[in-house]
Amino acid sequence: MNPDDLLYAKSHEWARISGQEALVGITDFAQQQLGDITFVELPAAGDSVTEGQEMGSIESVKAASELISPVSGTVLVVNTDLENAPEKINRDPYGAGWLVRVQLSAQPQNLLSHLQYDEIVEGSETV
Amino acid sequence: MKTIFANSVPGRPGVGPGKPTKDLTGLIPMELARAEPPGLPEVGELDVVRHLSRLSRLNFGVDSHFYPLGSCTMKYNPKFMEQVAALPGFCRLHPLIPQLRGAGHFAQGALEVIYETERLLGEITGMAGFTLHPMAGSHGELTGAMIIAAYHKDKGRTRTKVIVPDSAHGTNPASAAIAGFDVISLESKDGIIDPQALENALDEDVAAVMMTCPNTLGLFERNLPRIVELVRSVDALLYYDGANLNAIMGKMRVGDAGFDVVHLNLHKTFGTPHGGGGPGSGPVGVCTRLVDFLPVSRVVKLEDGQFFLDYDYPKSIGYVAPFYGNFGVYLKAYAYILRLGRNGLIRVSENAVLAANYLRKRLEDALDIPCNRICMHEFVASAVRQAAQGVRALDIAKALLDQGHHAPTVYFPLIIKEALMIEPTETENLTTLDQFVDDLIEILERGASNPASIQAAPLNTPVSRLDETKAARNLELTDL
Repeated sequence: MNPDDLLYAKSHEWARISGQEALVGITDFAQQQLGDITFVELPAAGDSVTEGQEMGSIESVKAASELISPVSGTVLVVNTDLENAPEKINRDPYGAGWLVRVQLSAQPQNLLSHLQYDEIVEGSETV
Repeated sequence: MKTIFANSVPGRPGVGPGKPTKDLTGLIPMELARAEPPGLPEVGELDVVRHLSRLSRLNFGVDSHFYPLGSCTMKYNPKFMEQVAALPGFCRLHPLIPQLRGAGHFAQGALEVIYETERLLGEITGMAGFTLHPMAGSHGELTGAMIIAAYHKDKGRTRTKVIVPDSAHGTNPASAAIAGFDVISLESKDGIIDPQALENALDEDVAAVMMTCPNTLGLFERNLPRIVELVRSVDALLYYDGANLNAIMGKMRVGDAGFDVVHLNLHKTFGTPHGGGGPGSGPVGVCTRLVDFLPVSRVVKLEDGQFFLDYDYPKSIGYVAPFYGNFGVYLKAYAYILRLGRNGLIRVSENAVLAANYLRKRLEDALDIPCNRICMHEFVASAVRQAAQGVRALDIAKALLDQGHHAPTVYFPLIIKEALMIEPTETENLTTLDQFVDDLIEILERGASNPASIQAAPLNTPVSRLDETKAARNLELTDL
């Protein structure tokens, strides 16, 4: 199940908010749907990101998708390990597969609790 | 299989052009001449013949196998078209001839082919003007998007957005983005465009809506009249992706329905070869008010019946391709249209739709079919039930290769999970269709009792299951 200490976007990203910073990644459901991830394009440190807007892209053996930022602010750190080891996202989406750390400019507006997100995932599995 | 270089034996004589009989000094600039002979494999003629014959047998093509690759219309390419394209008057014509002063009369036949093909495609689609220059479907999309941009620019306004439904052809968002537009994705409802959602997305920044009809689920967009009305209400343009024209050719003229820009894939609907990523042909047709923006050159017919190349279109988007596009490809399409004629083309679409619906009905119990109603020329099945038991759409696709069928498109469109997108085309007979269904059902039954046997497939192909992840992560080309 999805960790209960995170907030979730409908577009299947998560954010771990601590004070004025947020760690961002994609959910376990997202990595399962994508399959083996082959490439991630992330913003650079210093770039600003906006909640609900594209911040990069992710490619797998099945598809290429946009990465939507779940939060607004400035990128502090990027997970450079993913350049050579994008499979970390498949193996550990809530841990070593994190994408970026963001200095928040505002609190996120539209994120869901883990219970709300669980419902979305269950709903879409039956489609 | 070894490469031809691995078969090389130093000193083994082959068939060569022989030694030059006269001194070449002065004929080739010395700075361009090789210091040493090129590193060609040293093999005999028979070695070369066997090598290439073996290679050709490793190929999996529509000439050897059923090829139901959805959205791609992999129909058989009739061989008479090759004969037409090989006529020396066409294939030996130098592409510069029509542009040389006074030489146009040496190329009248070829220019007439261009002129007539444009008119035939215009008649089939109901469009006022056509260009044959784009050299692939995606190139046609980009050309169409550039024409759309030119139209709005000519009206003195900037339109920044293009709306693409999530059931549209996969290249549409990329083409719009390359042309500089922001792409707005539109969610489908019950497999087709929801007019309400479209109305909400439309505003004065929208340059165009790019539609594929029937869409990638093989469903006809039933709300088309309302969609046309909505798009016109903001003076945006409606784009028709011709990827699925094979379903409606002769049944509906997209220009009459209200589409403003159309691209066709001659290598789909009109039976020309797909090639290995080329040469394709993606002609673009436009409605009357967009004709001035078509690329140059354009072939014009004079009063005396002579054809000539006209470049005098100040509003044209300019050149999109060298010379006149892939002449040899649309020449084949021209032959195809004339050979089949009006009734033949209509029967193409009828049989393509019939074949798809036959497969859909025969498979509806074995696989889930999310939008299970009368489809057009293709339909999308889902292997969610099988995936829950460990047999994914990918595994089924690989197992089909072992049975001698090319796999359907898998995991597209993205809106259907574990998608298998099946398009049989009109050229397959009942025996082939039945064999495909029987083999597919057998695979599904075997997968239910023994998933591992399907997960291991294919075993009878030249190479077995490839590590696609590794291939995508380590882009290194080496000998197998």
